[in-house]
Amino acid sequence: MRFSFSAEQEEFRATLRRALEARSPTKEVRRLMATDDGFERDGWERLNQELGLTGIHIPEAYGGQGFGFGELGIVLEEMGRSLLCAPFFSTTLAATAILNAGTEEQKKALLPGLADGSVTATLAFQEENGSLDAAGIAMTATGNKLDGAKSFVLDGHTADLIVVVARKPGTKGSDGLSFFAVAGNAPGLTRRRLKTMDETRKLAHLAFKGVAAQPLGAEGQGGAAFTKTLQQAIVCLANEMVGGADRLREDALEYVKMRMQFGRSIASFQTTKNKAADMLVDVELAKSAAYYAAAALDEGDDDMPALASLAKAQASEAYLQTAIHAVQMHGGIGFTWDNDTHLWFKRAKSSEILFGDANEHREKMIQAWAG
Amino acid sequence: MTDTTAESTEESVRTEVRAWLEANWNPDYGLVEWREKLCDSGWGAPHWPKEWYGRDLPVKFNAVIDEEFAKVGAVGVAKAGIRTLAAATILAHGTDLHKQKFLKRILTGEDTWCQLFSEPGSGSDMAGAVTRADKRGNKWVINGQKVWTTSAHKAHWGLLLARADWDKVKHKGLAYFILDMKQPGVQVHPLRQMNGHASFNQVFFTDAEVEPEMMICDVGDGWTVATTTLMHERRGADGLRSWATASQKPGRIYEEERAEIATTMEPYKWYPQRAGRVDLVLQRAKETGKIADPVVRQEIAKLLIMSKSAEWTARRARAAQEQGKPQGPEGSLGKLVASNVARQAARVHTYMTGADALLSGEDSPMGGTIAEILVSVPASSIAGGTDEIQRNIISERVLKMPRETSVDTSKPFKDVPRNIVASR
Repeated sequence: MRFSFSAEQEEFRATLRRALEARSPTKEVRRLMATDDGFERDGWERLNQELGLTGIHIPEAYGGQGFGFGELGIVLEEMGRSLLCAPFFSTTLAATAILNAGTEEQKKALLPGLADGSVTATLAFQEENGSLDAAGIAMTATGNKLDGAKSFVLDGHTADLIVVVARKPGTKGSDGLSFFAVAGNAPGLTRRRLKTMDETRKLAHLAFKGVAAQPLGAEGQGGAAFTKTLQQAIVCLANEMVGGADRLREDALEYVKMRMQFGRSIASFQTTKNKAADMLVDVELAKSAAYYAAAALDEGDDDMPALASLAKAQASEAYLQTAIHAVQMHGGIGFTWDNDTHLWFKRAKSSEILFGDANEHREKMIQAWAG
Repeated sequence: MTDTTAESTEESVRTEVRAWLEANWNPDYGLVEWREKLCDSGWGAPHWPKEWYGRDLPVKFNAVIDEEFAKVGAVGVAKAGIRTLAAATILAHGTDLHKQKFLKRILTGEDTWCQLFSEPGSGSDMAGAVTRADKRGNKWVINGQKVWTTSAHKAHWGLLLARADWDKVKHKGLAYFILDMKQPGVQVHPLRQMNGHASFNQVFFTDAEVEPEMMICDVGDGWTVATTTLMHERRGADGLRSWATASQKPGRIYEEERAEIATTMEPYKWYPQRAGRVDLVLQRAKETGKIADPVVRQEIAKLLIMSKSAEWTARRARAAQEQGKPQGPEGSLGKLVASNVARQAARVHTYMTGADALLSGEDSPMGGTIAEILVSVPASSIAGGTDEIQRNIISERVLKMPRETSVDTSKPFKDVPRNIVASR
């Protein structure tokens, strides 16, 4: 197992960080989060093409860069750090699902557009019940027509391509599940943007009424691909989260070093120093778990169900705790709209819950290790 | 003997050590006799300087060398206990006389050592030591008291921090000595802990004597030298120093090594319990049936997540070190994280054990092991630097936050308020 990044990976991270600092200062985040789409297509396409981002983990045969989850994790971590408003995570999830479920022909047809950034995409699996398990999927596919509703779909209101999980009527659990590709503008599909607490992460509700869809891979055999996609999704999310957590921690640290009270820097008070040390512990441990899970994905580790849940549970706790401390360290100003801390606080909260909270993933991890 | 140069590679080192072991290793040697050969060849401490029993090899090759030793079952130099801290300190600051007199006998295991730093009046504030060193005639005369001294009753030599100049400020009045423990002015008494063990000692000095050449560096440099010792101790806490495990093989040299390890490691036998015994948790959860309790499952999961993440964080630090990268923040967290893990482990063991956690010794589960965990874990956040001190170190050295305004460093130490320690 690798425990450090290579020189090339570190260089890639540094380049990316510089680019994102230039393209996504908080002024830009605030401007885009207030828009209905949540991003601007032109700006995103330019950045994406310059750095080849959406193709990072797509094999070269399908127009991508052919890297692994290690590199994808770096991209997500840096995006979590800069709160970039763009449909990157959603498109990545769709690509991952297609890679897991699609036939060779489908991959060749669908992935190049995702890889070069000309097509935005998303993965729609959760429904109004919010369940993450196969059992929670009620949407049916009858003769390649989809009926039902999906909710909490990342960038679902803007995606050009939607990968949907649905089941054969009459099946239960993992049986009868398939992934389907649906055009974002397909007849019978009604899309509604949901009002979200974290405005930097747009979610949509999608209602399907006899929507024509293309099954990915053998129909009704998608259960394993669904499980795998979800594991990969939470590892990706955990890596995005540690980037945001580290940024929050650094910003709070910089602030307390500058803030004077009682004639001295508040960073000289041990109560502040102790908190800062604990924050570093939280974030570094969460990084270790997220990096380990990404490396384990690349190595095809058998223990993936536990490792993915471990990384998500750890990131959920660490990011939110860091955000709580960061607001506290800023004091009153940290509770204002004009101060940037709340942007990450809300991202911490939305990420904590998205794809399952810490309690849920701790339980999944224990199930994997102890039954 | 082939010359090992800076251009050595993992493969060249492996070939070389393998050839040397093939030509030299023989389990019929006596332990000291064999280790003397290791000293002469430099293979016992390959990262040490050539002129002092080493081969000037980068430390990253130690793993390869250890592997080759393990393959043929060859015994290594004495590694456990305070002697490694003594060696590191002497290598960094000692005179040629110190190196000649002590280093070889440290590697052969003939001498054992103890560390005389903490005092009843200065625990976290170690530089506030008040044990006196007074020059009388041509000798240093030591009076005072040390505490928390592991293995003091067995040790031949002690690493002593004492105050030699009371007119200087706190950190500048200290001197660092190598003290002969086997002399009439040194008395050692065991100190009983809340878990019933007595792994530490109190050491009393009444006109104990030190030859002037047994001072390391000069009066005023004691704190700098002590910092070297402490740095190596903390690395040990991060798992970079090896826990001695004896081979089960038959034969004279293995028997001698087993005896040595048993003696050296005796004070540490409750240390795994102090760390919380995370390794027992899943097995115990199944045995007690608590694995079915959703609340306990959550607590177990919290523990395992923390413990795994801690392990991976230590691996990240080691990987960075092996690649010669500058140390990142992950390298300074081990001690603090370990005590978080230990506390959560004690909580989980309590939840799983129920009423049986009221019992001790043979009446309690696993022959007293669980009870020992519950009363040993409080030491993990104190020994080797309290959690509070660790947080200060992290915030000041890693996060570059300012120190608290100090009130004791701007005047002669004799004028600094301090604890009154009742004399015996």
